[in-house]
Amino acid sequence: MTTEVIPPASVPAPGRAVRVRGIAAGLRGLRGALIPILHAVQEELGYVDQTDIAVIADVLNLAVAEVHGVVTFYRDFRREPAGRTTVRICQAEACRSVGAEELAAHVKRRTGAGFGETTYDRRLTVDEVFCLGNCALGPAVQVSGKLHGRVTPARLDALLGEAR
Amino acid sequence: MRVFVPRDAAARSVGADEVAERIVTATAGRDVEVVRNGSRGMLWLEPLVEVETTDGRVGYGPVVPEDVDGLIAGGMLDGLGASLGLVEELPWMRRQQRLTFARVGVIDPRSGDDHTEHQGNKGLRAALAMSPADVVEAVVASGLRGRGGAGFPTGIKWRTVLGAESDQKFVCCNADEGDSGTFADRMLIEGDPFTLIEGMTIAAYAVGATEGYVYLRSEYPDAVEALDAAIRTARESGWLGPDILGSGLDFDLHVRVGAGAYICGEETSMLESLEGKRGMVRAKPPIPALEGLFGRPTVVNNVLSLATIPTILANGAAAYAAYGTGRSLGTNVFQLGGNIARGGIVETAFGITLGELVNELGGGTATRRPVRAVQVGGPLGAYLPVEQFGLPMDYEAFAAAGAMVGHGGIVVFDETVDMAAMARFAFAFCAEESCGKCTPCRVGAVRGVETIDRIRRGEDRRQNLVLLDDLCDLMTDGSLCAMGGLTPLPVRSAVRHFGKDFGLYDAPQGT
Repeated sequence: MTTEVIPPASVPAPGRAVRVRGIAAGLRGLRGALIPILHAVQEELGYVDQTDIAVIADVLNLAVAEVHGVVTFYRDFRREPAGRTTVRICQAEACRSVGAEELAAHVKRRTGAGFGETTYDRRLTVDEVFCLGNCALGPAVQVSGKLHGRVTPARLDALLGEAR
Repeated sequence: MRVFVPRDAAARSVGADEVAERIVTATAGRDVEVVRNGSRGMLWLEPLVEVETTDGRVGYGPVVPEDVDGLIAGGMLDGLGASLGLVEELPWMRRQQRLTFARVGVIDPRSGDDHTEHQGNKGLRAALAMSPADVVEAVVASGLRGRGGAGFPTGIKWRTVLGAESDQKFVCCNADEGDSGTFADRMLIEGDPFTLIEGMTIAAYAVGATEGYVYLRSEYPDAVEALDAAIRTARESGWLGPDILGSGLDFDLHVRVGAGAYICGEETSMLESLEGKRGMVRAKPPIPALEGLFGRPTVVNNVLSLATIPTILANGAAAYAAYGTGRSLGTNVFQLGGNIARGGIVETAFGITLGELVNELGGGTATRRPVRAVQVGGPLGAYLPVEQFGLPMDYEAFAAAGAMVGHGGIVVFDETVDMAAMARFAFAFCAEESCGKCTPCRVGAVRGVETIDRIRRGEDRRQNLVLLDDLCDLMTDGSLCAMGGLTPLPVRSAVRHFGKDFGLYDAPQGT
């Protein structure tokens, strides 16, 4: 008989709920506070954990489902930690006209990670993005938040090499 | 003496920070101030270094860090050596009429003093000397239409908000510039944020609003930083907050950062997002001018619309309306991107032709292959063949040709482009970014991808093209907002003008 091994759910660091409550309480006075709170949680703690949602809902007096709906609606909010470096490759029309798809294929070939995936060594998360506003200097790529223009496969290898 | 190196994100993306550092190091101990300005918009010349001389600013570019020592040895600090000449005299600049972008690339965007020295707040002072209703009428008279894409007359929108009774009103700036091929909002905010603040303050005075929000996308971290810094300076200078410029006007402004949802560029989705919800489109009516943010009367305008307001008030509506053609008055900020030799920002009166922009200013493709198609107005805009390069940039002329000026973004493709693949991408993008509220958009886009895949595989091609046409009709007529309603535009224009790519061998090119 085969047994299915279920990996244990990631356990958030102790004290996380206290910190999330602190962040949410600090920003609850803003109009439309939920999205600024989610940004702040992710900025400080790296991602939005499932356990954070109930805490935030409690502070804002919202239904858990409503907070969950917002977290999953927006592309920016991660449900699990990202790799040490995040590379976002623009796939919109202007960058497509100068080789954005080839760039994505190249990264996939070199790292094994496609869009929305993290490499096994957790060094790199690869994501697609639709427009970084650098449409005259494409293909555009963002590495750990920094924008790069006219990125060739060789240049991207160099950038990712530096990031590691 | 002053040396200018842009802080603009596009310039930084090709090494402006490193060039600036190198200049600081190389000129240590000398009387040289390195100013981080916005970009002039000649993006193929970035990083563009400018040196202030008695004749004007002399340009060098594109400069790589390794060039810096040689340029300085060659006399760069005196405006000598391998220069491009005076930046203001470059053909690309001389061809333009810069009103909205007058200060972008010229001033230090972090300096309130620089803003004041370059006619800053002149429009606001002029507005405060008028009655709110007169300010609204001046905007109506200028002919300014929303620069976000829809082209609705700005003054008419303001008139509605002014006339609405409410305990509170808002001004919201839509800075969710998610369309590919557009970057003017980003460059304005990074290069001249005080002008946007001034425009929003004038709007607040004109309609009776006390609070404003800029919904700025998270993909633009440099713009967020620039605007935050400018708002702080504006508050310290008495340009925001209570009793602005001693006029009794109270208005404060906040930045809200988006979270990676394209649909939040649609005004009602943006309002939902500002309220802290999923960015789901609202049915209209009620229009946001009457029931907008938190149900209050709200002015929702694009960055460029609001940033154009100060020049209209400072120089008069008639001076602005003197530019342009037909019902497309004033200037527009066209953005040249994609596969283009000289990409960047061109601000000029409406009426310039598509061909002049792409070939004369843009210099054709970057790959030096012939241009095959250009997409105008973003992912929901039409693809046009070179045969239509005679079209003037004018809202009505474009609509008559089955296209749209949109926000003036122009993306160029060379002859290697597969237009059936681009039509497929239009549907795939819609499927990915649809808010999901209405069925024609949410499901129609998925069916569109499948149908184009069948056409590309050659399965029942003619029947599937008929089906595609039917689907496009349904999405156009049945979608709740422009996302589903306009996705058929790039698809249909691709089939019409580039039928060969869909297996229609008998279809002539460009008809």
